[in-house]
Formats: sequence, C-alpha cells, structure tokens
Amino acid sequence: MHVELTDTEIIRRILQGEQALYAQLVQKYQQYVFTLVLRFTDNREDAEELSQDIFVKAYRSLADFRGDAKFSTWLYTIVRTSCITFLRKKKLDTTSIDNERTLTQLENRESGFNANTIEQKSKHAMVNTAIRLLSPDDAQLITLFYKGEQTLEEIGRIMGLEPNTVKVKLHRARHRLKEKMEKHFSYEVQDIQSD
Amino acid sequence: MRYKTYKVTSYLYFDDPKVNGMNTEQPMELRLWDYIDGHCSPTEKSAIEELLATNREWQQKHRELLNIQQLLSSSELEAPSMRFTKNVMDEIARYHVAPATKTYVNKNVIRGIGAFFITMIIGVLTILFTQFKWSFGAGSGGSDNLNQQIDRIGIDRLNSFNYARIFNNTYIIVFLSIAVISGFMLLDMYLQQKKQPS
Repeated sequence: MHVELTDTEIIRRILQGEQALYAQLVQKYQQYVFTLVLRFTDNREDAEELSQDIFVKAYRSLADFRGDAKFSTWLYTIVRTSCITFLRKKKLDTTSIDNERTLTQLENRESGFNANTIEQKSKHAMVNTAIRLLSPDDAQLITLFYKGEQTLEEIGRIMGLEPNTVKVKLHRARHRLKEKMEKHFSYEVQDIQSD
Repeated sequence: MRYKTYKVTSYLYFDDPKVNGMNTEQPMELRLWDYIDGHCSPTEKSAIEELLATNREWQQKHRELLNIQQLLSSSELEAPSMRFTKNVMDEIARYHVAPATKTYVNKNVIRGIGAFFITMIIGVLTILFTQFKWSFGAGSGGSDNLNQQIDRIGIDRLNSFNYARIFNNTYIIVFLSIAVISGFMLLDMYLQQKKQPS
C-alpha cells in the first residue's frame, strides 16, 4: 500500500541522503512556482529558467527549513525574493499600481493588446490573460490566494506584510482585475454575468 | 427620517448613494468580499445575510463578486516544459545540501571568543590603572585651590609617567601576544572559508 509522504517527511529523508525524493517536491510544486514566476517575467523561457533556479536554491537551503511554516510558504518566499532580484536585474518597474506613473506604463503595455486577437476565448484563458495585465504584485497576490492555497497570514509572511494589509491589497487587486476584465473582455464578462 | 435611519442602522447609510455623494461601491464590495472569503465576524455575517435577503443592490453585487470568485478559483495553473523536473534533478546532482547554519556556527564558541577579548581588555585597563599612584597632597584653601592643585598634580603625573613600564610588563606582553596570535588564527580561518568553493 502506497503511503503518501508529507512534505516534512520527504525533506527529512532528503537531508538523510535520499536526494531522488526531491523530484516529488518538484513535481508537486512546479506548476505553482512556474505560474507565480510567470507573473513577474514577460516570457516562458525566462520563467522556466528562473523556476529551475528557484528549485535548486530551495534544495541547497533545505537544511534551513525549520518546519514552523508550510513548505509551500517557505518555497513561495524564495520565489518572491528571486523574482524581485530578477526584475531588478532586468530593471523593470515593480512599484505598486497606485503609482500614477506605473499606471501609465501599464496602460501603454496594454495598448498593443486587443481582446479580439485571442484565439481561445475560454473563461480560463480570459482570466489568465486578465491576471497578466495586472502589476506583478497584484498578480502574485491573487495567484497565492486562489491557487497557492495560502492564508492571509501566510501570504503576509511571504510578502513581508501584515495580514490586514494583505486583505486590503487583495481586495484592490480583485477590483483592478474586474476592471481589466470589463475593459478588455466586456462581451465575455456580460456572458458570464448573464449565466 | 434619513438621520434616524443613520443612527439606528448605520450600515444602511452606505447603501444610499445619494448621501453626501459618497462612493458606496467600495465599502459594500469590501464587506461582501470578507463575507465570501469567510473573514467576517458572526455579527457582520448576519447583517450581510439580512441585506442579501432584502436589498436588490447587494444581491446583484454579491452575484457579480461570486462570478469573479468562481472564475479565479477555477483558473488554471501554467505548466512548464516536460523536462522541467529532469532539468532540476540534473542540476541538483552537482550539489550537496548545505548544512544548516546552526550546525557550523556554534554560539558558545563565539561567546567564548568574546569573553576572552573582554577579559583581556579589562586586564589591560586594570594594570594601567594600578600603575598610577592615586595619592594627592593636602589642600590648603577653598575648593578652587584644591581643584587647581589636583589638576597640577594630574598633569605632573602624566608628564612624569613612565610608559615603558607598561610595555615592559610581563602580563601585558603575554596578553598582547595572545591577542595577536588569535587575530592571525581568525584571519586564517576566514581566508580558508573564502577559498572553499561555494
């Protein structure tokens, strides 16, 4: 009978020398990490390379994982710091969308984008595309909350914020996402709301 | 009537968009999101459920937010390439897991080194102070005369102080030798650590 190992148990055995077990952790979290990284990078190649670096970094620091938080929370903290370092190197603007200058830059990024060019008009594609139009912080926050299975406290730990601040930021991110969807996917949004 | 409503049921104040021209969307949305996420108190939850049962605007906004909630919850994760796991495992095969910092940074050793140097400093200062002769001549006048005499004596003593006595002292030489040797040993350890491949 196959007993699924917990993350803590897997880590304990990896530290005892069973390096091959790390593949289980990679397979379990690769999509989450890749999705989070894609919120910060412009292309899949950079996202994949950065995601691989993150897993290697996590492996090399495995002994420092104390187990007082979930492994996913610890891993996503590494994701966030690595992404911010990556963006600093690429000299992209990571300030909040509340900054008017950033808002102007983001609007310019969107100007070349036309909802009618999307071939696949499924709801999932629409949502993912709309999330990509958000600032990296907003996109990562939404992904951590909805797909990363992180609580407000855990997200606060990852992003270095108080839980109440996370709650307010999440609300604003959702509000902006709604605006993006209404602006770029007005027909699809109307279809959904009429359901 | 409006003011009476405001006093008795203050949450309804925000429902009237005509009141002070306020934007009533934000508070309603924030409260509804708290309700949907399950973050509101039982009192707030009952209040919102009552509003949802009776207020059409709240019902419509709730439906709208639930649609967004459902879209976000059902959004798909992006998948990396098929070789992703293999690439990571190939990369980590070159490394060993670094030991936890607590295993090679022994705080007791650091405390010991710190205590040693503090002891040395205290020892040097003690020996220095014991070289002074802290006796003063009797004062003849008021406090001003006494202070002047003390100042003169102090300056005389400093000028006549034999510094060579300190550096010829055996204890001082031993302390300084140990300090210099310890310093070289620590420098060597630091340089060895830097040389090792990361």
